[in-house]
Amino acid sequence: MKGYEINVHHITRIEGHGNLVVNVKDGHIEELRLEIVESPRFFEAMLEGRRYDEAPWITARICGICALGHTTASILAAEDALGIEPDEETVLLRKLLVDGETLQSHILHLYFLVAPDFFNAGSVIPLAETHPEVVKRALRLKKMANASVETLVGRKVHPIGMMPGGFRRWPLPEEIGEVKRLLLEAREDLTATVELFRRLDMPPLRRDETEYLALREDGEYALYTGQIASSLGTISPPRTYRDRIHETVAPHSSAKHVSAERDSFAVGALARYNLNHDRLRPWAKAVAAELGLEPPVTNPFHNNTAQLVEILHCYEDALELCDQLLERPNGDHRIQEPTRHGRGVGASEVPRGTLYHDYRIDESGRITEANCIIPTGQNLANIEADMRQVVSDMAGGEPNDIQQRLEMLVRAYDPCISCSCHFLDVEFV
Amino acid sequence: MKPKVGVFSFTSCEGCQLTILNLEDEMLDLLGAIEIVNFREAIDERGHEYDVAFVEGSITTPEEAEEVREIRERTKILVALGACATLGGINAIKNRHDLHQVRRKVYGDGAHHFPTEATQRVRDVVPVEYEMHGCPISKREFLQVTKTLLLGRVPRPSPHAVCTECKTAGNVCLFDKGICCLGPITRAGCGAICPTYGGDCVACRGLVDEPNLASMIEIMKSKGMSRQEVEDRLTQFNTLEPVDLEPHFSS
Repeated sequence: MKGYEINVHHITRIEGHGNLVVNVKDGHIEELRLEIVESPRFFEAMLEGRRYDEAPWITARICGICALGHTTASILAAEDALGIEPDEETVLLRKLLVDGETLQSHILHLYFLVAPDFFNAGSVIPLAETHPEVVKRALRLKKMANASVETLVGRKVHPIGMMPGGFRRWPLPEEIGEVKRLLLEAREDLTATVELFRRLDMPPLRRDETEYLALREDGEYALYTGQIASSLGTISPPRTYRDRIHETVAPHSSAKHVSAERDSFAVGALARYNLNHDRLRPWAKAVAAELGLEPPVTNPFHNNTAQLVEILHCYEDALELCDQLLERPNGDHRIQEPTRHGRGVGASEVPRGTLYHDYRIDESGRITEANCIIPTGQNLANIEADMRQVVSDMAGGEPNDIQQRLEMLVRAYDPCISCSCHFLDVEFV
Repeated sequence: MKPKVGVFSFTSCEGCQLTILNLEDEMLDLLGAIEIVNFREAIDERGHEYDVAFVEGSITTPEEAEEVREIRERTKILVALGACATLGGINAIKNRHDLHQVRRKVYGDGAHHFPTEATQRVRDVVPVEYEMHGCPISKREFLQVTKTLLLGRVPRPSPHAVCTECKTAGNVCLFDKGICCLGPITRAGCGAICPTYGGDCVACRGLVDEPNLASMIEIMKSKGMSRQEVEDRLTQFNTLEPVDLEPHFSS
């Protein structure tokens, strides 16, 4: 069998740039790497010496796409370290915001990055001419998700109102009503979205060894926070993350590699679906069943399908949270103060998987040690394992087809908008 | 012929690019008015020329410096986009630490694989026609600046402080609520969005020309802020504009 080489420069990013390198000789994989060559930014070091209430603000800047997720994980870590108990309404409002971010991110990924593939378009730009109704719907849905968050905390990219202990400004009842109105208006577009993506056939890929990790919470589909659960059965609190997952520095990647009970694991929409599908809201659950998404789903391409299901879940969940918030008196939501100091861990499900922030905070409220574990980094080793499977499944195939399939695979993991854009050789949007 | 526009990203969170993508209502009109020849990593497509290049992010490696010089050679107008590019922003906090230690702290024994240099603004490396401030940039300003550039003019940044816009927004002054805010010395253009949502201004748009720093620092002191707290506030986005606190705190 002849050999081939695949070399894609700057394919992907985890806050940045990555290269795809595959070298097959005589049917044998000599080299296979997803190289992460993003400029390191050193956030963990930057946090040292800063006050705990600056941390959400600073760490939001790790990623413009999941800024709200970093803000949330940072707040949870500080509250754990300092013994701060936010009030119930604060938690409800945070959950509503997390739903908004998940909606926004998944809509962006499915419509702008995944859909063009199935229309044989290089990007969403040609689609604006050939399928204007699809592009306009995508823009309307994205705007709905962005506007929901902006109405509540000022900005989607780097939210303003959130902080440890509460909110800098509590939204007015009419603002929460406005979010509900935006959501209700989107129902038809979401139905059309299900119809659109129902038709897309995901490529086959089977590798049953993948361990899935996601947060799990009593009585709800965990997104805001929860216990660390594995598809292998173990479950433990966020503070145990260092015993559960292990970070190593791989020379070819400025994002650290991570493993749990097996050599690699996956986080993200598919992992959450596999672990928590029983807790989805009704519409999401019904559509998942219609789509034949029988758990456990081990084909990583179905991360796309799981995102579609989560869009419906977050929509229903957000509506329910709006109602709950509107039923409660819009009283005085005081920002809760620290009651102790020490170490704290925050774990939250951001669109791409579980995000951990771990801080040690001294009695003056300053951070003395910080660690952040980012979902895309957790997936890297598993993506490489899946890439090997693709290469072996497609042995004898055309290198171009193999390259395209590999790019689709990495894209299915949704590493980051810009990365996936580059993957597709998309120039814009 | 439609003007050719490129958008490039260096060390940053990409939030400014994302802010452009979040112009849902204007997106189709924008795509009608300009030709976007590159939204990322154009360097492998040699030979491109741009009428306008938007550059997001700080310059933190020798490779990035080389790339931004190449972009400069191929564009008529270069606009630095957002605090990372215009101020160094959050990225410059690391300049306050020993960079070797910073690398070891994050990557341990693997540190030698990941070279880093002190964070630079785009204008520290190449000349820049316009700096669009903010973390992230404001959608409104992006549209205004782009329109002005398309008309062949170079826009002028607001000469006012954030306080001016905060008053217009009808906000109660945060100082009246006992919160210290950098609005009085910070360049306007954001519509005072942070104070409007309860957050103090942290000067992500940089300082106004001739800011009255001495008064600002005295006010912060009078609110009970320690030297360390004043320094934290002034350095969050503006590490590269050092302020001498010694005269205010040596007593």
